[in-house]
This record gives sequence, C-alpha cells and structure tokens, in this order.
Amino acid sequence: MQERMQVPHTEECLSNERIAYLDGLVSQARTAAVVFTQFTQEDVDRIVKSMVLAGLGQSQHLARLAVEETKLGVMEDKVIKNMVATEFAYNYIKDKRTVGIIREFPERNLVEMAEPIGVIFAITPITNPTSTVLFKCIMAIKTRNALIFSPHPSAWRCSSEAVKIMYESALKHGAPEGVFSCLDSHTLQDNAYLMRHKDIGLIDATGGPGAVKAAYSSGKPALGVGPGNTPVYLEKTADLNTAVVDIIVSKTFDNGTICASEQTVVIDDEIYDLVLEKFAELGAHICNEQEAELLAGTVIDPLTGYMQPMAVGQKATDIARLVGLSVKPNTKLLIAQVFGVGLEHPLSVEKLFPVLSVFRAKSVDEALRVCVDVNHAGGLGHTAVIFSRNDEVIRKFSEIMNAGRIIVNSPGSVGAVGGVYNDLVPTFSFGCGTGGGNSTTDNVNIYHYLNVKRVARRTQAHMWFRVPNQIYFNMNAVENVRQFPSCSTIIVTNPALEHLGHVDLVRRYIPEGTHVHVSVIPDAEPDVSTVMQGVETLNFYKADQIIALGGGSVIDAAKIMKLKYESPGADLEELATPFLDLRKRVIQYPTERIARVRLIAISTTSGTGSEVTPFAVLTNKDRGRKVTLADYSLSPDVAIVDPQFVMSMPRGLTADTGIDCLTHALEAGVSSYASAYTDANAMQAIRLVFKYLPFAYEHPHDEEARCMMHNAACIAAMAFSNASVGVNHALAHAFGARFGVAHGRANALMLPHVIAYNAAVPNKFLPSPYQKGYIAHKKYATVADLLGLGGHSIEEKVQNLVAATEKLLDQLDFPRSIADLGISREEFKRAMPDLTRLAFDDPSWLSNPRMPMMSELADLFWKAYQGRGMAVVACASQQQTV
Amino acid sequence: MAMTAVWLKIDEETVVQALQHAGERLGSVEDEVVVDFSSVRRIDPSGLRVMEEFVGIADGKDVTIVLRGVSIDVYKVLKLMKLAPRFVFSN
Repeated sequence: MQERMQVPHTEECLSNERIAYLDGLVSQARTAAVVFTQFTQEDVDRIVKSMVLAGLGQSQHLARLAVEETKLGVMEDKVIKNMVATEFAYNYIKDKRTVGIIREFPERNLVEMAEPIGVIFAITPITNPTSTVLFKCIMAIKTRNALIFSPHPSAWRCSSEAVKIMYESALKHGAPEGVFSCLDSHTLQDNAYLMRHKDIGLIDATGGPGAVKAAYSSGKPALGVGPGNTPVYLEKTADLNTAVVDIIVSKTFDNGTICASEQTVVIDDEIYDLVLEKFAELGAHICNEQEAELLAGTVIDPLTGYMQPMAVGQKATDIARLVGLSVKPNTKLLIAQVFGVGLEHPLSVEKLFPVLSVFRAKSVDEALRVCVDVNHAGGLGHTAVIFSRNDEVIRKFSEIMNAGRIIVNSPGSVGAVGGVYNDLVPTFSFGCGTGGGNSTTDNVNIYHYLNVKRVARRTQAHMWFRVPNQIYFNMNAVENVRQFPSCSTIIVTNPALEHLGHVDLVRRYIPEGTHVHVSVIPDAEPDVSTVMQGVETLNFYKADQIIALGGGSVIDAAKIMKLKYESPGADLEELATPFLDLRKRVIQYPTERIARVRLIAISTTSGTGSEVTPFAVLTNKDRGRKVTLADYSLSPDVAIVDPQFVMSMPRGLTADTGIDCLTHALEAGVSSYASAYTDANAMQAIRLVFKYLPFAYEHPHDEEARCMMHNAACIAAMAFSNASVGVNHALAHAFGARFGVAHGRANALMLPHVIAYNAAVPNKFLPSPYQKGYIAHKKYATVADLLGLGGHSIEEKVQNLVAATEKLLDQLDFPRSIADLGISREEFKRAMPDLTRLAFDDPSWLSNPRMPMMSELADLFWKAYQGRGMAVVACASQQQTV
Repeated sequence: MAMTAVWLKIDEETVVQALQHAGERLGSVEDEVVVDFSSVRRIDPSGLRVMEEFVGIADGKDVTIVLRGVSIDVYKVLKLMKLAPRFVFSN
C-alpha cells in the first residue's frame, strides 16, 4: 500500500515526556533481549510453540478485529492468513536451530553460530495487520530478540491485540518480561526517533514505500519490504482452467490486499477471448471500454498515478458501486483491458483490491515486453507469475523478470507467501532486492533476525607429490628405452650431444621398425620459433614418441613441443600467467588433445632435474622476455637418469649444475610448501651433493660420484617440483639475466646469504597454511645434523651449515663475491633498482619461508657483492636446540 | 585502615532478595563487598534492575563490589547491559 513517510529530524518535535516514554520502551526491550541471550534452544522452542498455539487459537478473533477496524479485506481470508503466519511458520522453523551452533560444515571445518540482534523495531501494515504481527513475534522469539511494534495507525487496535496475545503467551512460558511492546499511538516522529535510537539493532519495516525508505534512510540495518506490481504471463500452452481459477483465488484473497497478488495479466492473442470467457463464467465482470475508463478514473489517483486508499481491500461489488457500474451481485473480480503500461494507462499500476487489468499480446515477444514494463512500473524485485507448459518460455520469463519470487502455474499472492503451493519459505515480508530498494530478495524469515557467526577452523589443504611414474636410473638405464613401442619417434637434442655420439647410443635401444627422426635444436634456452619448428616436425612424422636428450633447455623445448602438438590451440603466453596456488590458478592447461605423444626425458646434466619437473622456460625473442610454464601435464612420462651421459661433462658445468641442484634441495627443504614427502627427497639430495659433488668435480670420470650426483639432481628436482624453490632463485634469476652469469654460478653467489637470511626472525611473515610456526632455522639445523656438522644450538648449527656451504663453494673454485666477477661497485649500484624489481617480480620467492621486502632483496644483493663473511646467522630462536 | 569486607553468597532463585539485602548492608561496609555468583547460571530482568540499584548505592558509598564465580553467560549479560565496568570480577 502506498503510504508516505518522511524521516523528520524530529527529536525537538517530541516532548521530554514522549522521549522518556520511548526510551523506556527501548530500555525494557533491551534488558529483555540481553536476558534472552542466556536462553537455550529448548527454552526458545517451548515458548515458540506456546505462542503458535495461542495465535492459532485467536486467529478468528484477530481476523474479525482486523476487518472491523481497518474495513479492509475478508474476515475468512484473514483467518487463513493468521493460521499461515502461525502454523506454516512453525512448520518451517520448528526443527531449525537458532541458538548456539545452527549449521555445521565438517568437510569445510566451518561452523555457523547464532548471535541475536537485540532489539528490533517493527513497522506493520494495515493490509495484513495481525498476521504480520504474529509472524514477527514468532520469528523474534525463535531468534531470542525483543520487538517494539509500531503498527499502522488505522490498524492499531487489532495489531496491539495480536502483540498482547503473543506477549502473554510468551511470558507465561518463560520469555523475559518486556520482550514485546507496542507503541501506544503512532506518529512519524516516534518512528523517526526509534529508527535512530542507539539501542535499536534492526528495523523491520513492512509497509508502503515511505516506511521502507524511512527505514533504510535511518542509518540502521534495516529490512524494508514494500509494494509490488505483479505481472502475469498467461501463455497459450497453459492449463487455462487452472490458471483462471488460480488468478481468481489469488486476486480475491483478502480482497487483493497481499502485495504479491496479480495486477496485470498478459494473455496470448490466441487464447485471449477464451480466457475472458472463463473469467466471466467464474464470476468476473469484464468491463467494456467505457466502464474501464470510469473504473480507472475512480480507483486510481490521476495526480499521483497511485491507487486510491478508499478502494484498498474492498469487495469487487463495492468498488463497482463506487464507480457506478452495474454488475451481478456475486461478482468477484473486475477485469479491464489495458493497452499499455505507464501513467497513460492508469490501471497498469499496483491495485490492492479485486481489479485486474488484462493485456492482449500478439506474440510471445510482445507479451514478455509488457511483463517487463509492468515489472518496472513499481514491481521491481517483488513477484512475477507465469502460467505455461513451455519450459523455454518459463525460463525466458524468469530470466527477464527482476523479481524475488517467480511463481509458476500457481496463484501469485498465496504462492509468494510460501509453503502452500510451493516450497518457498513462509513469510509475510517479501524482500524485493535492490530493485525495490531492499537489502534482500528473500522471503524474510528467522535467518534475517540473526547475526550468523562463522567459526572457521584452520583447514589443512591437501597437498601432493607428483613425479613421472617411471624413473629409470643408474648406469645403462637408457636400455629401458627399448620397452616403449613406437611407430614414429623424434629425438630432440642439440648439436654437441649428437657430436658426442649420445644420439647413436639412444637409437641403439629404440625398438626395430620404429621410424626415428632426429631434430637438432640450438644449444640455448628454447624460443617460440624453435618450439614451432619442432611441432611441425612432429606433425610431419605423425610422431607418437619424443625422446628429449639433453640438459634443461632441450628437455624444456620438448615439453613445450609436446604441449603444442597435442593441443595446438594452447596459448603459451596465457599459460604463463602467474599464480599463487596451483589449485586456484585462473588459466587452466588444455585437457583436450588431438594427438597423444609419449615424452621420454634423458638428462645429460646433473642439475636442473628437468627430466622430472613440471616446468619449462621459454624465450620469446620478439617480445624480449622469458616465460616459465608450470603444470604437471608438462612433466615427462618417463625419466632416464643414466650417468653415462654426464661422464664427459666439463668441470665448470659440473660445479654450476651441482650447486643448482643443492640450491633446489635447500630451498625445497625450507619452502612453505615443504612436506614430509619433499623433505625426504630434499635431505637425501643435500647429503649426496655434499658427499659427491667435490669428488665429481675433482675426479670427473669417477662413475660412482657421477652417478650419485646425477641421482641427486633428479631427487632434488622431485622435491622442488612439489615444494618449489625460494628467494635464492629469485635473486639468481634477476642477477643472471642482468649480468649474463650462468644460473648455477648466480645461485652459488647468493646461497650462504640466503641461508642466513631465512634462518633469522622474518621482518614479514608469509601467510602459509601448510606450516605451523616459523621453522626454517630448525630445518637448516636438521640439515646440519644430517651432514654431521656439529653445533649445540640451532644458531650454531645453521652457522656451521653456512660455513660448510662456503667451503663447498671454495672447493668448486667459485668466485666468492660479485665483485670477484669484475663488476664495479658503481655499475652494481646503478643496476640495483632493476635487480630488486626483477627479483621481487620473480614468482620463485612466493614459497620462500620469509617474505622478502624490496630493501631486504637489495641487502642480500649487496651481501653477495661483498661475499665471504657477510652471511652472519642470527636465528629466529637462538636458545632452542633441535 | 583495616579493610572491611562482606561476603555474600547468592542463590539463583533468590537473586533479587539477596541483592536487596546486600544493598541494605552496604551502609555498614567500608571497603568491599564480595558477592558469590557461582550458583547463578542465569539472571532475569528483575535481577538486573536490582543489580543496577545495587551498584548505584555502592558508588555513592565508594564501596568496591567484587563478583566472584560469575559464569560467562551472566558476564556477557552484564557486559551487554554496560554494567560490567562497575564490578571487580574474581574467580
């Protein structure tokens, strides 16, 4: 119902006595609400049941009072409303928990708990005065809140009687005194004052747009649910007999006072005449053009375009008399045709009385358009109704209507109330969403009277350990190539390895009858053109197997060739989009493949571990940048770790790749993604590197040392494939790219300083749900113990690890500072802004245990510049022992 | 000056009477009243009203009121009623 309400700043308009009266009501309600917080679910449910029984028992009495006082509606229908407000509401809420834990989600480690709101200020309407009060009282008690009612002034007596009945029953069964109260009279000033009162927690306004707007303008949390203008589409496939009866039931229910009731029925041309005949048969009066004009002029205010209050809730025959129409005595409904929607078609607005407008639609499109117009003429967010058997039309109608409730093949008003014709939540307050200026589109219910607290326990996200399922290692492991049948195999390698005879060695083990093609690619990090040439080769030979024979660059190239061969549409730049959590990444790798090819990776260096990793680095020369691709689908299918391919590796490369391997293992060991699975690999790799790398460096032809280092590289790669690396790699990537220093060498320059850095108390912790507490220093100490380095405290042990690392670097003849590389201090200083920016942009540090600040990255670079003696350990907890 | 304290144990059924009685005795107390709430699980509106009156009297006489053994539910009620700062709580 259209009711105007402004929110005056009216405290000065209220007398001191009136303010004291209103404050007293709130104080009493607040005390009740506070006391109510101590009640259990059982206490609450007992009181609710008693109230429901009291309401049911008095439903006829209250209905009669309402009709007598408001002169609106139908007494018998109001009885039904009162029963729905009690019995149906109870049926919905009786088993619902509203105290303590209300919902549990064990699989999400999440629990929801109820917290009452406190004091709720409720405005109730003239159209459904007693049922709305009954409903709100039951909701309030169920949720342990106190209510202060401000009923519509023309429905004060019946509303306050309903409050009294509810209160007495609640009090008798243990509710706190003062839990319900009702203003002794109704003024806009009272409402304005209470809406802004500091102890009012929520305003629940059911009524006209003025009341709703006032509630939302108060600055308090509010539930404001107001008017509608329900369009109905009566489509040609509908069951017409059911539709006509349902519309009559709904539109005449309580003389049309429910705001969800039908307002304009849009009828398909083909059935229009038949539908009107059926309406007439069942007691509707179909107005002719003149009658329709008279009707519109009487029941709609020509100035405002709103319905006239005198018509609200009146019988069809009384309205006809008012208009001067001659109708049969048993007329239930007045029907008038409209030819459009808007001010020039007065009857197209909301009419809370048994007057229905109808529109003859020439097509489905026109029908839907008119429904949209009605929806937008005061009905946004409220209710829409469709009668149809055509699912596609129902879907389209639902899509275009902005309505909290779309009622299908049933009456609008009784349907929207919920629980009678459908499974909507029973209510007497229809949320209209933002379209109606409301905060919800729900049927307002107990959950809107609760603050819901979510108790979120720490979840242990599942982790993984993924590596190729076939790894063959030790001398002559290459023989295993023979067990993989293939029609067409491409060997991807580089010129040096072909020259060394490694390709021939591999070919020896490829089963006879296999077509073999050797694709020699440049000995450099792969670029897009190299990859695309490789894909062309794969396509040309219809390859079903790739053997990547080489170091990281060759194997990375083969991984990307496989990706593009199997999924030609894969966008490499897009796939390189950075991500924080593998499981939540935005860009997914393709799962649909047009071809299948097996990738066998045979590593010829002992460092990158690319034969088991899910990473591949690609250079885009055109764009002048490198991208890292990361996805387990890139992991080779088979890894062969055969030391005979590294026996001739030069000493410098042995040292560089060996330290790369050590860095992988140490960073995986302290990574925030480290697990028992990755730790086992990381620790073993560290042990092997410290034991065998110096020997392999000094005695390159020692088979055992080579074999163990080759295994160590693969084992370390299994660790960092699953735990990732850290800030050492971020620094090394930036420094290596800026000054053209080999990756392993760049890692070596940073390594002692990074160990000391990670062992200290972080200036900033990195969020890590996988770790409990800061443990990097303890893990370094464990490494020291594993290596037998001695030390009593954690700090001593970490210092010993730093010293052992420095000693190893010395043994491998590494330059021990950036200065030793011949880079001047001035040049390095000039490069520092770029270096820190590049290092910070590098995703490698995201799994570092300590989050690096830009200034800390600069500090680490400067320590590496100065070198030896700068890695000073000051552990996170110096007194602890492992 | 020696401290004078009064110890009162409150029963849930008789919160109102006991606090009214305690209020009457405040005149004879110089320093502190200890009210044992360990048997009170729940407090009702009338109990709250008497408590407000009780602290009003105590404030006027500069007497500290110590509530002992207050359950967390009752504590929350006192907090919501903004009465908590006016008491000293002890276990």
